[in-house]
Amino acid sequence: MTIMADVEAGSALIGSDGDASFTGHLRRYGDLLHLSGDDVVEQAADSGLTGHGGAGFPLWRKLNAVREARGCPIVVANGAEGEPASAKDRWLLARRPHLVVDGLQLAARAVGAREAILYVNARTSLPLLENLLHERPRERARVELVVAPHAFIAGEESAVANALSGGAAVPRSKPPSVIERGVRNRPTLVSNVETLALLALICRRGAGWFRDVGTADQPGTMLFTVRGAVGRPGIVEAAHGAAVNDVLGLAGGATRALRAVLIGGYHGTWLTAAEAASARLSRSDLAVFGATPGAGVVVALADGICGLAEMSRVVSYLARESAGQCGPCLNGLPRLATLVRELATGIADRQTLPELQRICELVAGRGACHHPDGSVRFVRSGLRVFAEEIARHLQGRCSRTTDQIVLPT
Amino acid sequence: MSTSTATALWYLGRASGVVDLVLLTIVVGLGIATRSGRAMLGLPRFGVSAIHRSASLLALVFLGVHTASLTLDPQAQLRWIDAVIPFGSRFRPLWTGLGALAFDAVVALVVTSLLRHHIGRRVWRAIHWAAYAIWPFAVLHTLGDGTDASRAWLVGCVVVCALAMLALLGWRTSESYLDDTDRVAGTRLPANVIGRPR
Amino acid sequence: MSQHLRIDWTACDGRGLCAELLPELIRRDDWGFPVFSDAPVPVDLLDHARRAVDVCPTLALRLASPSHLTRTMQRTPDGAG
Repeated sequence: MTIMADVEAGSALIGSDGDASFTGHLRRYGDLLHLSGDDVVEQAADSGLTGHGGAGFPLWRKLNAVREARGCPIVVANGAEGEPASAKDRWLLARRPHLVVDGLQLAARAVGAREAILYVNARTSLPLLENLLHERPRERARVELVVAPHAFIAGEESAVANALSGGAAVPRSKPPSVIERGVRNRPTLVSNVETLALLALICRRGAGWFRDVGTADQPGTMLFTVRGAVGRPGIVEAAHGAAVNDVLGLAGGATRALRAVLIGGYHGTWLTAAEAASARLSRSDLAVFGATPGAGVVVALADGICGLAEMSRVVSYLARESAGQCGPCLNGLPRLATLVRELATGIADRQTLPELQRICELVAGRGACHHPDGSVRFVRSGLRVFAEEIARHLQGRCSRTTDQIVLPT
Repeated sequence: MSTSTATALWYLGRASGVVDLVLLTIVVGLGIATRSGRAMLGLPRFGVSAIHRSASLLALVFLGVHTASLTLDPQAQLRWIDAVIPFGSRFRPLWTGLGALAFDAVVALVVTSLLRHHIGRRVWRAIHWAAYAIWPFAVLHTLGDGTDASRAWLVGCVVVCALAMLALLGWRTSESYLDDTDRVAGTRLPANVIGRPR
Repeated sequence: MSQHLRIDWTACDGRGLCAELLPELIRRDDWGFPVFSDAPVPVDLLDHARRAVDVCPTLALRLASPSHLTRTMQRTPDGAG
């Protein structure tokens, strides 16, 4: 499932060749750096590096905020990857774990932390990671390896902080943000593993090198998990702003005519095949569709797959994955799931669509985290993109030619 | 102090004690009614909450009268400290001590409730559970310490309060206690998010 | 400084006392949970808003000025573009 491809030869920043050991790492990237905290923040700012966990927040701002917060800071590399359709973080931890730890140490230096945590998905190879940590010399921050619970919400920033404080991996109400009071009420930097890996590269090669690729407001590259009707589903590295078609091409290209493309993940946005054909993967380019690159998931849905059936399974999954703390989410998502299921199984009536829109409106923005909002975005965009299919279903027909399942839950 | 003042204090102490027991029963009842989240007794929900708070302050006042009058009464031999620190009084230390415990709990509940916005939900709730302990302590204190404990009217009073309390607890623990027919109120976390990090 | 209604969703139990005391601004959704806008509370309703905050049995409702965290995050580092 893991293949890598360059946008153009040699422009992959992370790359996939070579071995993951410490010696391999040093051979490929050179010696470990000894930058000051200020230098790290400056590099982060100059490079314009933004978060790669979905939110896309500028890293230097987070670093500064944690630095300035009161208390003893701690840094967390977030590799929980609760999104079932995404595999890039696991891939990164298997192929370039030392780059991630380099980034973690640099971030620790930037904020003045002596403790760091590598928070990983339960499917990551733990013995491998533990060995790799032992390969490293004694560094500024002590790194602890922690397994995330197997839940969609487990990678949410405040859920990470809660879990690492000994509680459940469920989000907390903000304020205060995790930056001010996170793990055990200490100022906490939670950063996606890919962001940290890129930070490590930027500190070695310079901000300019990073800015050479990508767009002006989103420089650099991004890892995408490409699935569905493509020749070689897997992890692809492409510059920000790359065309959706190019990214699909890097994964072997579409194997048949497409109906729709899902961008971002299960909190992401559906695009029609026509829209996807002209779309580019950057925040500014996708904004016109109300979409963002999100966690980098790109799923090509072929013609002949019932989009509503896929949606129904995912929305039911999202409803089950509610942390169960907030009324609108706990009650609203199952209601959405029921309604979408009615559409998918052809027992819907005239009221179903307006009711769906009403519940979407009622649920979005009302919760301690963005699970309801993201789920609503997934539903709303799906209703738009699969409008023809909905009309068919309301007449008792379906354009499905296969029962193949595309989106994992 | 003249004998008549002393006698007045003595009667005041006993009377306010009995009244307080009845009031405490009512306060706990109103607290349970408030927690149920229902509008009742002809009042909207905020009204039920409001009379619970008012009644508890009234109960505190009567508790103050009860304690003060018995402390001031020379015959009762009650020192100020015995009202707060239990089991140290000269007269029936055990039963008076239970009264002191009830006193402490009432004060703790009232103070934490007044300061609830500063101490946070968790601490407030943890202490508020102690409300269920106040009533048994108060009843035992009444029966053990009360000079009218053998009198029919007092026993009748205690029995009525006890029956009311049993009914209230029965309601509190019943399936239909909360007004939850049209929704799920989130309290139980799904098992998969309660992970044990290594 | 304008005051806004804020809610701790993890604490809210949808009991609806706030909606009773501030029906002009708060209504309840299908499941009893409060719905209100992000707009500042009008001055003539501030007292009622404070009462609503006080009555909330789970301390979920708050009155707050616009988030101070947003302001911290907007500070630029020295020398960066």
